[in-house]
Amino acid sequence: MTLLMPKPEPAIMSRRNELIARLAAILPRESLIVDEVARRAYECDAFTMYRALPLLVALPESVEQVRAIMALAAEMNVKVVPRGAGTSLSGGSMPLEDGILLGMSKFNRILEIDYENRCARVQPGVQNLAISKAVEAQGFYYAPDPSSQIACSIGGNVAENSGGVHCLKYGLTTNNILGLDVVLMGGDLIRLGGKHLDSEGYDLIGLMTGSEGLLGVVTEVTVRLLQKPPVARGLLLGFASVAAGARCVGAIIARGVIPAGLEMMDKATIHAVERFQPCGYPLDAEALVIVELDGPQAEVDHLVGVVQDIAREEGATTIRASTSEAERLQFWAGRKNAFPAVSCIAPDYLCMDGTIPRARLPEALAGMDRLAKAQGLGVANVFHAGDGNLHPLILYDASKEGDIERAEKLGFDILRLCVSLGGVLTGEHGVGVEKRDLMGEMFTEVDLAQQMRLKCAFDPEGRLNPGKVFPTLHRCAELGMMHVSGGKMPFPNLPRF
Amino acid sequence: MRSACATLEIRDEADAVDAICAAKAKGDCCAIVGGGSKSGLGRFAPQAQALSTAALTGVTLYEPDELVLSARAGVPLSEIEALLDQQGQQLAFEPMDYGRLFGAETGGATIGGATIGGAIAVNAAGPRRIKAGAARDHLLGFRCVTGRGEQVKSGGRVMKNVTGYDLSKLVCGSYGTLALLTELTLKVLPKPQTECTLLAIGADEAESLALLRRATATPCEPSALAMLPAGAALALDADAAAIRLEGPAISVTARRDDLVARLASGRLRFEALDARDSKTLWRGLRDAAPVAAKVGQIWRISVAPSEGFAVVERIRRAGAPMLAHFYDWAGGLIWLCLETAPDAYAAVVRSAVDASGGHATLIRASAEARARVDVFHPQPAALAALTRRVKESFDPAHILERGRMRAEF
Repeated sequence: MTLLMPKPEPAIMSRRNELIARLAAILPRESLIVDEVARRAYECDAFTMYRALPLLVALPESVEQVRAIMALAAEMNVKVVPRGAGTSLSGGSMPLEDGILLGMSKFNRILEIDYENRCARVQPGVQNLAISKAVEAQGFYYAPDPSSQIACSIGGNVAENSGGVHCLKYGLTTNNILGLDVVLMGGDLIRLGGKHLDSEGYDLIGLMTGSEGLLGVVTEVTVRLLQKPPVARGLLLGFASVAAGARCVGAIIARGVIPAGLEMMDKATIHAVERFQPCGYPLDAEALVIVELDGPQAEVDHLVGVVQDIAREEGATTIRASTSEAERLQFWAGRKNAFPAVSCIAPDYLCMDGTIPRARLPEALAGMDRLAKAQGLGVANVFHAGDGNLHPLILYDASKEGDIERAEKLGFDILRLCVSLGGVLTGEHGVGVEKRDLMGEMFTEVDLAQQMRLKCAFDPEGRLNPGKVFPTLHRCAELGMMHVSGGKMPFPNLPRF
Repeated sequence: MRSACATLEIRDEADAVDAICAAKAKGDCCAIVGGGSKSGLGRFAPQAQALSTAALTGVTLYEPDELVLSARAGVPLSEIEALLDQQGQQLAFEPMDYGRLFGAETGGATIGGATIGGAIAVNAAGPRRIKAGAARDHLLGFRCVTGRGEQVKSGGRVMKNVTGYDLSKLVCGSYGTLALLTELTLKVLPKPQTECTLLAIGADEAESLALLRRATATPCEPSALAMLPAGAALALDADAAAIRLEGPAISVTARRDDLVARLASGRLRFEALDARDSKTLWRGLRDAAPVAAKVGQIWRISVAPSEGFAVVERIRRAGAPMLAHFYDWAGGLIWLCLETAPDAYAAVVRSAVDASGGHATLIRASAEARARVDVFHPQPAALAALTRRVKESFDPAHILERGRMRAEF
């Protein structure tokens, strides 16, 4: 356990009773969790490696309550950690011992569905999938579909800029929202966007999206709704090498086809999946590519033909195209089961989330293999091939001495490898606490200082979700005056918290 | 147009650092100029000097099968579009050419002079905005020199990236007020194999707009939806709804027939424009040709699609003399040309927009008018204060494009 978090501030801890009394004046009794056992339920999100007991848990249900809490937090100089459904894979909503955990789960209503303008106004605690469910009878859906969509909330999706398997064609959260209501530290409510497109000033919706709860608390989201494509068909393509699979993916895109889904998995995952729940994947393949094409029937049938031709040219060893909806779902069944399947071949796994330029995939996998061997661990790979987002699953056994540390080390090594290949540390899971200390691999001190100054523009005292995303904490005044010369800051080795 | 001032050529980031630091030392402010095609945009705010990015040339990366292109900020858009075209690709956000809009009045701007840096700085968004997004949706990463004189990068070259704040969104539409962009990395997309445009003629303005909204609720995937009042384009003597379909030929034909079947009613007459005529029509609409040709002041208004007609009606009823207008984005974007007035009818336009929610930008007007009225939509106090703090996080001394977006910075 190597994670360092900001030390709990005695000045806050000693005023806990006063804080409780002040919060009790804002919230009904059942919305304020003081009791230690009940607080335990919030000690981590889906990144379970690190935990902390929150000082208090507040569960507001109105914007006025959120504003009052944020005003109180600013007044008493108390930290606040916002939390949606708690499905973050990077510890974005990990609590602080001296912070209020602000749970937004009671904001669970769809406020308006406006088919004419193809949008819906929803509260941040609404589940991602609930939006699509609410509009499916009219033939609409909400496009971003992270794997956790039955549980994750739209507010959390905004915080993390969540993606999903369809984002090459339909975009991430940031491409699918029109408006945000945000409460700032101090209690100001700002309204960004609405049902219209683009901003009248700086694109603060774009900045808020993916800001991991460090800039403001989202209290309402206006999402775009899309018309459901009439038809979707799948293709299952097997290849004798990872390089051949990657080449085929490149060839599909170069030919002008943008599939709705374009996934790839390696042999380790194919075998794990087939052992878990057989779905007809070719066991002789080194790499499996799943292609999904959607749209009007004529177009989809035409494109299925185009992709089959390309696969043949690229030497695919298996080519199957779905002829029914059941078969299409069958193609996806293995991919959807990939994570549970992998957990059957190893006691524990750590899911990583780097992105690389797709053409570097063979190098990435070879490098990963080498790094894994050095730690004596195994790695299985699933890959959003269309957009280069890699999910190496590091297999380990937490009950074995030193395995957690080895897995963590391997994870860091793999992410460094991604960056060295021209990629990035995280494609969709966020930085949170998990990748915080690797930010220096991608950014200079100057790059990070600029990002931290933006945080200061929203939260000058650094009270909102501190200890996440940035590897060092600086006072805003210090950042404001910092003079940078030759790309180096004056105190490159400032002590961390 | 702005008054003439000294122009400093920026050849690389080190030049930009030096120029900005020198300006900071003197307390001067700087304009940032690429091709100069957008010099008439924004508040009238003379700057002490201009930093030219025209020498920041060169496409530094283009990998068609990874859908990614990087270019220095001064590369002409036309050069990028020609390069992409060779591989059957395009910038899907259809950046407009302001030359036509400004050329009509001043005779000064040249068509085709725009740079990629300028297209990003104004968050360019053409008719395909409703389907493919704006520049903001295609900028994957960038390098810049901030108003502090610091070299900063953000984002990357991959499609999916949530590492750190998404500053790419922030620089799109910042009109040079945060940083001088030096290099941009963009997502590029395949060009559709073909296109066609369906014209529905015979309904009035409000009905045509309702028809466009109905078209967005079909699975026919229109890539552009405009309402053209009689005389606005194509020498049509009646109101028309124009719907563009793009994709493989077999799909375009099938969707066109499907759309006609879904939208048909007794009074409507349908005409189809082939790929060539369709391209010409949408290029013109992208560049606001129906209003650009008039002599008057031009507003660009973004509202919810269902509110477009109501906003125009309010402006009309308030007595602002309308010379021409048309709607894009299924009614969500209004291009409006009004007779010239010292205040550009700003109060009328803004209150008409505020009643529905949205924003109005004064795109073309004399320097006097753009000094007198807010060019960008005014913001409520808390948002205005936050906006200023965001500006100052990049440029605390207001060196870059001082006063171009907001009077207070």
